[in-house]
Amino acid sequence: MTVGLLYDSTKCVGCNACSEACKEQNKLPGAVEDHPTAYTYTVVEDHNGANVRKLCMHCLVPTCASVCPVGALRKTPEGPVVYDSEKCMGCRYCMMACPFDVPKYQWDRAVPIVGKCIMCYDRVKEGQSTACATACAYGATVFGERNNLIMDARERIRANPSGYVDAVYGIKEAGGTGVLMLSAVPFGALGLKTNLTDDPPPMRTWQVLSKLPDFVTVWGTSLYAIHWITSRRDEVAKNERGE
Amino acid sequence: MDQRIKSDRYRVGFWSILCAIFTLAFLIITYLRFTRGLGAVTNLSDRFPWGLWIGFDLLCGVGLAAGAFTVTACVHLFNLKKFEPIVRPTILTGFLGYVFVVIALLLDLGQPWRIWHAIIYWNPHSVMFEVAWCVMLYTSVLALEFSPAVLERFGFHKISHLIHKLITPLVIIGVMLSTLHQSSLGSLYLIVPSKLHPLWYSQLLPLFFFTSAIGAGLGMVILESFLSGRAFGRHLEMDLLAPLGRPIVAVLGIYGLMRMQVIVRNGSYHDILNFTYEGRMFLLEFTIGVLAPVILLAIRKVRENPTGLVLGAFLAVMGFVVNRLNVSVTGMERAAGGHYVPSVMEVTVSVALVGIAMAVFALATRFLPIFPESKFTARKAKMPAPRLIPAEEGE
Ligand code: SF4
Ligand code: SF4
Ligand code: SF4
Repeated sequence: MTVGLLYDSTKCVGCNACSEACKEQNKLPGAVEDHPTAYTYTVVEDHNGANVRKLCMHCLVPTCASVCPVGALRKTPEGPVVYDSEKCMGCRYCMMACPFDVPKYQWDRAVPIVGKCIMCYDRVKEGQSTACATACAYGATVFGERNNLIMDARERIRANPSGYVDAVYGIKEAGGTGVLMLSAVPFGALGLKTNLTDDPPPMRTWQVLSKLPDFVTVWGTSLYAIHWITSRRDEVAKNERGE
Repeated sequence: MDQRIKSDRYRVGFWSILCAIFTLAFLIITYLRFTRGLGAVTNLSDRFPWGLWIGFDLLCGVGLAAGAFTVTACVHLFNLKKFEPIVRPTILTGFLGYVFVVIALLLDLGQPWRIWHAIIYWNPHSVMFEVAWCVMLYTSVLALEFSPAVLERFGFHKISHLIHKLITPLVIIGVMLSTLHQSSLGSLYLIVPSKLHPLWYSQLLPLFFFTSAIGAGLGMVILESFLSGRAFGRHLEMDLLAPLGRPIVAVLGIYGLMRMQVIVRNGSYHDILNFTYEGRMFLLEFTIGVLAPVILLAIRKVRENPTGLVLGAFLAVMGFVVNRLNVSVTGMERAAGGHYVPSVMEVTVSVALVGIAMAVFALATRFLPIFPESKFTARKAKMPAPRLIPAEEGE
């Protein structure tokens, strides 16, 4: 079972209740900013009258978790991708690698950590809905099981084909995400990434990394063999010279 | 040796003062960095989480140290014994390069005091994990490979002898770690197919980084022999260095062809034809880093002329630096939706680190048996050295 969120841009009125609830839930300092930061995990952006929420997409095969050298980012069995600030050493590879540019950093602190939406893991674990979904009075953000959310999304499109783009954002993007989105305008017009690969990016790295053990064995042996041959040749040459 | 050290009178030169100023600036910036945060000293941001310290200090520092494993492999594995005299200086460059990388990483990491986390928390899926291990292990191997120079100097001949005996396994381990490390820096960028511009993104990135590092690493060997030669009034060992021109041509030639093939296949040559920002940066990189050195060094007359050889090597190294900056900065800018220009403080740190590394190299060549003794002392006695690289000591 994987849980997720369904965000319906056509229902969102841009009241920012989700962003404020998120701040409170995660005890983030300061007011809601106009773009996501390490202190504001989610915002609602206005793209020519169409709203879109920015938050972690909780990828099915999360790039951030695959690149973190110390495993500070982790995919939980329930679905949320969580962050352990005690392990993080601040290499910021997660930020560089995330296909959705989600993780943010505390640039202003002497002892900085990463900030990103963790799908209210503490609540979700207990079977509760996320703070943002609970706060949404318009049904624009709903929490549930990913499969049910996909069916729900398709049903909405079927019931109102002229009101939606005929696609659910997040089904295949970067290998699929836990957060799904519906929109009346093309996703690109909402500032969502449209050039993502269908295969999860971690596969590209793994294709190389998984070959390393074989590579090390073969390369090591060949190097030794080369050494053996060249020094043997030297010896033979020496003997022939009668030394 | 001892006598020589005593006879050196201390005189402050231009380069020493410059180096001291940069070192001071470096210390101040380090202080600011650890009290006010990365944002106070760098132009890094959520859009550009990696900047000059990764693009130049890490990617180039490691790459330019590639001369060390290439030359040690030539001498100890392929038995090309004639290169023996340049083994020590290249190992020293490699070692200093890696130390320089580690210092830069300590500044760049958000919480460098947790760097040991990479040892206890494993994530074999992460290229950064591989990079971290390679840095640690290869720095140790380089230190061991270089240690005989220090041990001999202080008369620990027994231990030095022991390390000499272990040199073959050490060199093999070193070559393997370098192969992994050079290529893994390219693999770091495999994860961003949607962000890195197709002029640079390719599934072959690890191979590209490996081959171009060999080319540039050999270029560095030539350059540093030239620089230290001038500083110590020695002539360029043309009989040794000119033959290095040919592998540079071969390696960079193959590398260039592979790059071209990828660019033709993925259609990104349109950026070159349309002369876009990325296209122009690519042309710059490819012209000075591949075309020019390959053409220059392929011509025998040029290769065997000291000026031609040094120029070719210099271009190869510069082109390499532009390539790494293109991958880490230029190629990522469009996806990030903005430009990144390093702050004055970021640049100062990088320059200071290069300066300090060069100063240490100069000091080491003076006090340790690094260059072949005979040539070294003979010429040095006669010729006063022009101070062309930062040396804490004047003549
Ligand atoms: S959107 Fe980015 S941060 Fe969120 S799970 Fe995916 S890769 Fe990780
Ligand atoms: S910044 Fe922290 S969480 Fe992100 S990859 Fe590096 S160690 Fe992991
Ligand atoms: S799921 Fe939780 S952490 Fe994520 S945006 Fe909503 S409230 Fe914030």
